[in-house]
Amino acid sequence: MASIIPCGSGVDLTTVLNKLIFANLTHRPVRTLLSVLAIAVEVTMILTLVGVSHGTLDSTKDRAKAVGADIMVRPQGSSVMSSLSGAPMPEAYLTLAMQQPHVAAATGTVVQSLQFPDSITGLDFAAFNKMSGGFRYIKGGDPVDADDMVVDEDYAQQHHLKVGSKIMLIAHEWNVSGVAEGGKLARICVKLKTLQEIEGTPGHLTLMYVKLDDPGLAEQVADQLKGTLNDNQIYSINALMDAYSISNIGMLKDFIWVVITVAVVVGFIVVFMAMYTAVLERTREIGIIKAVGGGSGLVLSILLRETVLLAIGGTLLGIVMTYGSQWMMKRFEPGSLVQETVYYWWPIAGGIAIVGAVLGAVVPGVKAVQQDVTEALSYE
Amino acid sequence: MSEGEAGGVGTSAGVASGEPIIVVRGLTKVYRVGEVDVHALRGVDLEIARGEFVAIIGVSGSGKSTLFHILGGLTPPTAGTVVIDGKNLAHMSNRERTDLRKTTVGFVFQKYNLLPTLSAEDNIKIVEYIGGRPTKFTPEFVGVLKLLGITDRLKHKPRALSGGEQQRVAIARGIVNRPAILLADEPTGNLDSQNSTAVLKVMKDLNERTGQTILMITHDPEAASYASRKVHIRDGRIV
Repeated sequence: MASIIPCGSGVDLTTVLNKLIFANLTHRPVRTLLSVLAIAVEVTMILTLVGVSHGTLDSTKDRAKAVGADIMVRPQGSSVMSSLSGAPMPEAYLTLAMQQPHVAAATGTVVQSLQFPDSITGLDFAAFNKMSGGFRYIKGGDPVDADDMVVDEDYAQQHHLKVGSKIMLIAHEWNVSGVAEGGKLARICVKLKTLQEIEGTPGHLTLMYVKLDDPGLAEQVADQLKGTLNDNQIYSINALMDAYSISNIGMLKDFIWVVITVAVVVGFIVVFMAMYTAVLERTREIGIIKAVGGGSGLVLSILLRETVLLAIGGTLLGIVMTYGSQWMMKRFEPGSLVQETVYYWWPIAGGIAIVGAVLGAVVPGVKAVQQDVTEALSYE
Repeated sequence: MSEGEAGGVGTSAGVASGEPIIVVRGLTKVYRVGEVDVHALRGVDLEIARGEFVAIIGVSGSGKSTLFHILGGLTPPTAGTVVIDGKNLAHMSNRERTDLRKTTVGFVFQKYNLLPTLSAEDNIKIVEYIGGRPTKFTPEFVGVLKLLGITDRLKHKPRALSGGEQQRVAIARGIVNRPAILLADEPTGNLDSQNSTAVLKVMKDLNERTGQTILMITHDPEAASYASRKVHIRDGRIV
């Protein structure tokens, strides 16, 4: 008989308590799973928003960089996150830019916003090809006719386009002349003159790209251009890359904090409800633990450990669900928002989930600690 | 009236040493229920010797459960002196009473009060853990488990045990930290006669073989007959 008892087996002191905590969580599997799922949704919200913010910024940054320019000229009052539309800069700026020392090439584009986040870009393909090396086509090639259009492979996949397809955009029928690899300049490109005519802005540009004979002089030439081009926003590409960060975009930063706050409130409410119910349901058990000498610290510790386990479980599931949202975005909307996996936000999202959950467990914990032992033991 | 010894104060035969382990003097407890003061205990004097098995007998409302709660450090007294194993409960803080329950007093409740999510073994071990002791059973305690007849039931959860088995597990839990006194509140109140007899025999055996001091609260004279001394309580007084 005695052989079944682990006499002298040296069981870890904390094992029994961990068993109790685990048993408490598995005793009500549906409540536990729902709590974990709710925290997972909270974590997914945060990680998806952060992933989309980083992904969209990085893809914009990469597209701009892939043009091969050293300096970009943007219209007055535009920001890196706002949609570009209109063509306020005269094409004559290109000639002015070309007259500056060290300027090897200059080209311009017209950008017309479509339904967010898409836009259509008009460009001088010859000048663009000279500056960037041109698009790498999967099928077809540069536009030949005025109504020809080039789309990248993600946009083509999302909208079921192939070379020869017709598509209506900005009340104009376009013919797809090429499907190119993504990651350069824009997803939808047409001839500059055509878009200028459609938009009623002939001879004007939305953006200018300037290439130098010595990229190391970008800051110096950018300063020179500021005196020439009437105070438009003139950035070296390196400065522009730095500007493409969440910390530099107040509106986005604020939005992320709003979502985080909502997520913390959701986590708080879910855990509050779950743990409050658990404390009510376990009134007698809490009384037992206190009766056999368990102090307030132990009771609180059990509840908090359960809460942290829920939060950790929710965080892990949330990370998996974020991969799910990323897959769905890539699968069903490949040509729109880009979601990245931002690893350094995993512990941050986990920390936020734990803080929200622990806050939610405070009131139930205090209720448990304050329970009178004799009343708790007589609880039915 | 105390049977076996006079006046509710004294020692029993058996393994009692004569040295008092519980000394109660002038104990009163007044509850406030709404606007009314309820005098649950009205000046209780009691001495229990180390190694005694004492039954406190009384009808419902006599104050026996209140006495149990005070002796167990579950609720503070209103006035009077209560000394258990040299520790005076009269002015103890909540924390000190928690420590008393951890080290000096063991409990057996009418409704067993085992944690439903843990096995019988873990119900015992968690009390060892709370008491700050290694969660491994000593050879002596294994002997006690054999005496209780539960060695082959330790891996089961309470719902898989009979009432009698649950109560024997509760007894093992109550004594695993070697408390100075085991307090049992109507330990056979939820059991059929067969299981009641088994539990009472076990308690008596435990008292006789290990010298464990036991104070049992009961309303049942038959259950009380297993104790070495009976103390009657009525209207909050020892009679």
